[in-house]
Amino acid sequence: MLESTHPLADTAARFVWWLPTLPLIGFLINGALSVYASATLGPADPSSDHGHEAHGHSANAHHQPHAADAGHDGHDTPIRHRFAAIASIVGPGVMVVAFGLALATFFAMRGVEMHSPYVNTLFSWLPVGALQVDAALQLDGLSMVMVLVITGIGMLIHLFSVGYMQDDPGYPRYFAYLNLFVFFMLLLVLGANYVVTFVGWEGVGLCSYLLIGFWFSEQANADAGKKAFIVNRIGDFGFMVAMFMLFAHLGTLDYTTIAANADQLPAGGIVVTAICLFLFLGCAGKSAQIPLFVWLPDAMAGPTPVSALIHAATMVTAGVFLVARSSMLFSIAPVASLTVALVGAVTALFAATIGLKQWDIKKVLAYSTVSQLGYMFIGVGVGAYTAGVFHLVTHAFFKALLFLGSGSVIYAMHRAYHATHHHGDDAQDMRNMGGLKKYMPATWALMWIATLAIAGVPPFSGFFSKDEILGAAFARAHGSTLADATLLGLPGSTVLYIVWVLGLASALLTAIYMTRMMLYTFHGPNRTGAANTPHLAEAPWIMTGPLVVLGVLSLVGGWLNLPAVITDLMPIGPSGTLEHWLEPVVGEATARVAGTGTHLSASTEEVLIGLAVAIAIAGIVIAKMRLKPEVLVSKSASLPSSGIQRVLEHKWFVDEAYDATIVKPTYAISKSVLWTGIDVGLIDTLLVNGSAALTRFLGWMGGQLQSGRVGTYAWMLVLGALLLLRAFARAS
Amino acid sequence: MLAESLTLSAALFTIGVIGVLTRRNAIIVFMCVELMLNAVNLSFVALSRLYGATGQVFVIFVMTVAAAEAAVGLAIIISIFRHKKSVNLQDINILRG
Repeated sequence: MLESTHPLADTAARFVWWLPTLPLIGFLINGALSVYASATLGPADPSSDHGHEAHGHSANAHHQPHAADAGHDGHDTPIRHRFAAIASIVGPGVMVVAFGLALATFFAMRGVEMHSPYVNTLFSWLPVGALQVDAALQLDGLSMVMVLVITGIGMLIHLFSVGYMQDDPGYPRYFAYLNLFVFFMLLLVLGANYVVTFVGWEGVGLCSYLLIGFWFSEQANADAGKKAFIVNRIGDFGFMVAMFMLFAHLGTLDYTTIAANADQLPAGGIVVTAICLFLFLGCAGKSAQIPLFVWLPDAMAGPTPVSALIHAATMVTAGVFLVARSSMLFSIAPVASLTVALVGAVTALFAATIGLKQWDIKKVLAYSTVSQLGYMFIGVGVGAYTAGVFHLVTHAFFKALLFLGSGSVIYAMHRAYHATHHHGDDAQDMRNMGGLKKYMPATWALMWIATLAIAGVPPFSGFFSKDEILGAAFARAHGSTLADATLLGLPGSTVLYIVWVLGLASALLTAIYMTRMMLYTFHGPNRTGAANTPHLAEAPWIMTGPLVVLGVLSLVGGWLNLPAVITDLMPIGPSGTLEHWLEPVVGEATARVAGTGTHLSASTEEVLIGLAVAIAIAGIVIAKMRLKPEVLVSKSASLPSSGIQRVLEHKWFVDEAYDATIVKPTYAISKSVLWTGIDVGLIDTLLVNGSAALTRFLGWMGGQLQSGRVGTYAWMLVLGALLLLRAFARAS
Repeated sequence: MLAESLTLSAALFTIGVIGVLTRRNAIIVFMCVELMLNAVNLSFVALSRLYGATGQVFVIFVMTVAAAEAAVGLAIIISIFRHKKSVNLQDINILRG
């Protein structure tokens, strides 16, 4: 088999199965601690439970005085979980080891020529006739990039969580869930076939649900978890249908075999298009694209590090990963690819408009994530798989930084509110912040790095990845297989130009809303109230440390894949590193989509880059001009918005529309048809009670035969004997 | 001889059946049952000429069982009479379903 001959077989890569196993061990230990603690710890004094932060930190299973984020109420000593020390070592510890192993594997991979993926088959899992599914892990350029992002950023976020969650009563439970998430996420990216990936896919959905509803004793948090879970089920339906179709038409679910046999499917045919569209339905659910994006903003109900890890850096990018992983299919389905790009572009713009008018700092970042995921789908949709993955990586850097930075801000706000017994205002509402630059200079500087990165200002990482996506969309409009296809009656090149324009427009909006967020949070007059300001301070080093690392990565992440046009102008580093790295995985598919399309000329690329930079800077300037310090007012002083602003503030009323068109009718049909009609009417009344009534009637009939009169019985006996005689007489 | 014996047996059996079906008095019904048993005994004996002594052995068995049955049956009838002051089968229907 491959293992014995593959150049990676004798390197650290043979321990690849330890990568998911390590977080699983962490999950088991932390989970055991949590279960043991809740089984043996009685409830503490319930009367001291007075947590009512907007963040929902009052939630805990033991009614201990809750002490998350800003810690305990008043000035009493924080009550930490009695196993907090062990959980703090085990939880981040397994991540450090896993990251070390990932690095060792990475360097081993750098040392060999990777022509085929290294498949590590652990055991035969589902040997059912023609369906042969192995529990197998696959190492190639793509999964290696994902593993490095997951373990690296995961490790930083675990460390951040040690500070952020230190006083939470559910501390070991939190780390158990977080470790379990990393386990499933690694399974997702390392799976060598769709089934293993699907197991990881479902597992991360479960962990997302558990962590969104981490403070489950508040109804809104539990509802948000449920919403995420249910919306994701719709997408998973698509994923499963795609798997069934793949098996029906190719007879296998292994990535390597599918890649080798994909040409058996007619290119551009209805089958491969349907498979890709169903796969994309799954991706739209997991990666929060229209029409299934509604769960992600609500997912901000979870702890902020969770938002950073799951709902920004890793899990939500699984859809992008899956499209890149299935590039062999998407590259022969131009209609599906155009759909992916168009949906991504529309989502990018749509979410960016909502981000313009959100007041909750995490909600801004949530819509920004939806928007950036749309960008990644533009990349993988137009067949620039490397660009999509590149933006995935840089986005993981700067969005994790933004979320963790906002976590630091929320932490500081909570602490200040706690110290002054001030509970009226929302600690996450940006209108209540302002001027935090003075109190949190490190967070301020780091978040500006991330903001410039996401806005696309050179030389920050987001500039390179975003520019590469937009450039690819522009370049594919001529000569590629996409340009020759038609989508909804529109020629492919028109669609790609629309995608490109939508991408540029959302780049402008991204710069505007991110600058707005920074201005509201860190600049202008302080609106926390005079009593609170002395208590505003930088978070402890365990929280700012990961921020610094992410800040450096956001700054230099672009060097992963410098465009040739820039390295030709200024020799700042090697160009296309990531592209060479991913070449064995997606190179063929990329070339197939690009078709005969020639590369853009250097001058065109320079114009495009100049345009992108101008748009980013214009966005920042517009936001700065519109939001003068005097218009930044606190929540209580701000006027209700009207017109289009009100529509944006209410998120285009999408939730309300879904409620009216899907949720309410579903409830109504469930109640009138499924419940009273089918369940009560058909099943309960007709089948259950009906069969009972029928049996009772038959019993009554039989009972009537037993008259108790010997005469009657004698008559029956004689009649029966006569009938028998007659029957015997006939038979003989 | 055989035909006459079997005819008599059939006649006796039919009388017994009609008695069981039509009479109300438990004692008479009981007697009719005995009549049916003995009608069968008669045909056993008659047919033993053709088929050997097995029929005669059976007759002994039937008489033994009939004797036992008479003892039990009469005891039940007496017991019912003590209880209901009647041996009319129309009045005995406490086992109605």
